[in-house]
Amino acid sequence: MPLSLPVPISCFRSPTGQKGPVGLFLQPDGIPHRRCPPTGTRVAAATGTDNLAATAPTGRLDNGGTEHSPLRLHVPHLPRDVFKLFINNEWQEAVSGKTFPTINPSTEEIICQVAEADKADVDKAVKAARNAFRLGSPWRRMDASDRGRLLYKLADAIERDSAYLAELETLDNGKPYVISYMADLPLVVKCLRYYAGWADKWEGKTIPVDGDYFTYTRHEPVGVCGQLIPWNFPLVMQAWKLGPALATGNTVVMKVAEQTPLTALYVASLIKEVGFPEGVVNILPGMGPTAGAAIANHMDVDKVAFTGSTEVGHLIQQAAGNSNLKKVTLELGGKSPNIILSDANLENAVEQSHIGLFFNQGQCCCAGSRVFVQSDVYDEFVERSVARAERRVVGDPFDFKTEQGPQVDQEQFKKILGYISSGKREGAKLMCGGGVAADRGYFIQPTVFGDVQDNMIIAREEIFGPVMQIFKFKTLEEVITRANDTKYGLAASVFTTDIDKANYVSSGLRAGTVWYVGLF
Amino acid sequence: MPTPARRLSPWATPEWKYVQPLSRRLVPEPEPCVELFINNEWQEAVSGKTFPTINPSTEEIICQVAEADKADVDKAVKAARNAFRLGSPWRRMDASDRGRLLYKLADAIERDSAYLAELETLDNGKPYVISYMADLPLVVKCLRYYAGWADKWEGKTIPVDGDYFTYTRHEPVGVCGQLIPWNFPLVMQAWKLGPALATGNTVVMKVAEQTPLTALYVASLIKEVGFPEGVVNILPGMGPTAGAAIANHMDVDKVAFTGSTEVGHLIQQAAGNSNLKKVTLELGGKSPNIILSDANLENAVEQSHIGLFFNQGQCCCAGSRVFVQSDVYDEFVERSVARAERRVVGDPFDFKTEQGPQVDQEQFKKILGYISSGKREGAKLMCGGGVAADRGYFIQPTVFGDVQDNMIIAREEIFGPVMQIFKFKTLEEVITRANDTKYGLAASVFTTDIDKANYVSSGLRAGTVWYVGPTLGTPDPSIHPSIHPSSAYPMSGRGGSSFRREVQTFLSQATSSSSSGGIPRRSQASRET
Repeated sequence: MPLSLPVPISCFRSPTGQKGPVGLFLQPDGIPHRRCPPTGTRVAAATGTDNLAATAPTGRLDNGGTEHSPLRLHVPHLPRDVFKLFINNEWQEAVSGKTFPTINPSTEEIICQVAEADKADVDKAVKAARNAFRLGSPWRRMDASDRGRLLYKLADAIERDSAYLAELETLDNGKPYVISYMADLPLVVKCLRYYAGWADKWEGKTIPVDGDYFTYTRHEPVGVCGQLIPWNFPLVMQAWKLGPALATGNTVVMKVAEQTPLTALYVASLIKEVGFPEGVVNILPGMGPTAGAAIANHMDVDKVAFTGSTEVGHLIQQAAGNSNLKKVTLELGGKSPNIILSDANLENAVEQSHIGLFFNQGQCCCAGSRVFVQSDVYDEFVERSVARAERRVVGDPFDFKTEQGPQVDQEQFKKILGYISSGKREGAKLMCGGGVAADRGYFIQPTVFGDVQDNMIIAREEIFGPVMQIFKFKTLEEVITRANDTKYGLAASVFTTDIDKANYVSSGLRAGTVWYVGLF
Repeated sequence: MPTPARRLSPWATPEWKYVQPLSRRLVPEPEPCVELFINNEWQEAVSGKTFPTINPSTEEIICQVAEADKADVDKAVKAARNAFRLGSPWRRMDASDRGRLLYKLADAIERDSAYLAELETLDNGKPYVISYMADLPLVVKCLRYYAGWADKWEGKTIPVDGDYFTYTRHEPVGVCGQLIPWNFPLVMQAWKLGPALATGNTVVMKVAEQTPLTALYVASLIKEVGFPEGVVNILPGMGPTAGAAIANHMDVDKVAFTGSTEVGHLIQQAAGNSNLKKVTLELGGKSPNIILSDANLENAVEQSHIGLFFNQGQCCCAGSRVFVQSDVYDEFVERSVARAERRVVGDPFDFKTEQGPQVDQEQFKKILGYISSGKREGAKLMCGGGVAADRGYFIQPTVFGDVQDNMIIAREEIFGPVMQIFKFKTLEEVITRANDTKYGLAASVFTTDIDKANYVSSGLRAGTVWYVGPTLGTPDPSIHPSIHPSSAYPMSGRGGSSFRREVQTFLSQATSSSSSGGIPRRSQASRET
């Protein structure tokens, strides 16, 4: 698969000659800059300044980046402001003056300090959002099509800065740069363009009621929307939240995950650049129990949307109930069944199931983490899946060959290792992996458990890591019952070449999304 | 080419200083595209024929343009059919990418707005200020609007009885013939291309022989932004030859026509005589504009003036029958005449000009004929009534008072700067009289009483009814029906339509059912029109 993509600056050798996911280098004043002095054979030329264009090679995935052509690559300087809170289109320190470090999960090194929002900052942001939403404000008076136009311009700006944002995403989150650039960024751009188109198409109705009445509906914005987003797809989650809220004319107070605040704050600078009015979008890096709770409990927030763990989802809904009964949208965890019938195209099923679990270091809410395989193909499926997992390339996320980077932080890293221990303890059959994959950084080996039983902890709880559980089943009725025996119900997949079986199983599954994979 | 001027919403307070100063070159650079656009290539007509396009301000020839005929239509349909073949780049393209292409086309048109506005004014005669501040932004907004629909026109899953899985998919109709008029050349082109391309059709468009230049320039932008070959084909040509060839073509799946009711009949007959292609018609109007005695009179006078005289009176939804309630009739007529006399007619490139020439000699003569007929039948000529300049097709803003319902000028579409004012007493009376027409395109009601507005608008048989309430302050063209964005809701010749419905007309709804062991099969496509 020949792919052409800009080479991230951070994957070149550092001044000390060390190659690796070094990413941003700290200048003496503590401001990260985007440049490694050009050394080694891979860099033809580069400027000495920290924010100008460099001539960098393009890489090709199919040959490991050894063949390259010159490319003028513009990597914007990371503005110092980006480490502050974004309130009312201005960059502000936290009221408390507090900051927290954001960590490069590949190296466990601090990338930089970021302002830490607390209740007082949430109050300021909500006030700004409420003011932006007042009747007659520029945002409320704006034509719907112009709201769409602003979202489209935001997508254009993000597309323009894709290479930079992808690099920053990989640095802060640890996901492979190739994925950031080829998957996350295009998804963000497409998502914003999609919602841009809805802005002027969300129509009300006129209703022919009895009598001499003229009855109509208008769809009105909810008001100030609190949005709490997770760290597994920082940019995509931000776009999924901002797109619909802004297309429909709401104002937003968004708390971004403390693990991955950088790209969301860079997008904030683009929000200002393309011309959203003051206060329409406010972005706060901060912690869940302080800033997040302040949003969920706020009496002047009309709606709260949260994506993250089921555990915290309970807290959000309780907070809404304890405060102003704000509307609540929750996108929580999953333990999604991935069902392989014996007539499936096995090669494809193995590969898709592998990706369905291991993609993004296993950190997907809809990961297919319970792989149910029909008994007559079970042995072959397990064997091939283990072989595939053993081939999975774990390492420097800036290397184009890398399939799997580090987990996002130490907490997740330890939690996943704990689940692996529990799996071994409860008698699941460890087929491969099971341990730490590098001396430093939060790297975990791709792990496969066979012969998993439904009552084991690893069969019931969301691991959110590169750990696949494989189950054996015999009949369709059995697998439907077992697949549905979970407190979750986010997603499911069915692999079969028989459309009747696909329809039968997918109708029986209690899941929000069911993927059906046929021959291809 | 002039550098693109800063884009201003036409609905903002007009500040003409933002409009680019213009050269008075006969033809702005670059040289206009003057050939047929088939399969993303510029081609001479098979016959080698050309026709002149005329500057209506001076009656001089701007340039010669290739004239498409049946043989060229066949080539274009073949190209469009090939672009529509199963597995073609256009058919395989993701819906969101179709939207992206339309959005890019809008961006390119916005970039070249100043040039296109200049070319539009040169070829059509409408004031440059209007071309630049109204037509071009409407085109850009229209294409962006439809761009957004490309990936949002969703099918349904239907819970039918039994173990069946039933769903609908909206599929493109196929090769769409589109015949567009000369009164808003760019806007009409956008209204037709937007929904057809958003939904994945391919297009063979015949543009009006009076105004082919801007549409052909847009063709060059269509190629520039990357539409695949054959998806859009644009043919300048005459109705009886190229237009008839499209309407009669056995391999065109749908024909959409905007123009006169007379030709609309021919189009529908041609569809009936050939392959029963789908037909969408947006035809003429003789729209009532009703002023109740409680209306804000100053506003009603100004809006009614614009509602009729806008675009030299060449609007299908012009409010050409102005019904005024008897107790305000005299004052309304007096003020309307004064306003018409103040109307600035002249060089359309002059920023002060409100009214340019009519589009061509045929229209010019036809309108003068209607004015004679009005005088002959006894309508009271209050002002105007004659030619406004020594050369060019300029006509004085004309107002007839005391018009009776049975006069020719009360029943036929004049499509020129001629206002007819009628007197009425009661709401019931005016509803009956307003509905006594073969048309039914649009209507307006001016009143400050919302109950009366609802009563009258419910009674009117028109595709769109505008209600103008107690708007205060200086008259603002932005709220006038004829140029308000809401007027962008196209009317079919057979009743109301809308953006949504317009999208619908370019889609077949295929219902698929799969039963046990079966492959989803397509059933009879239901017609949406």
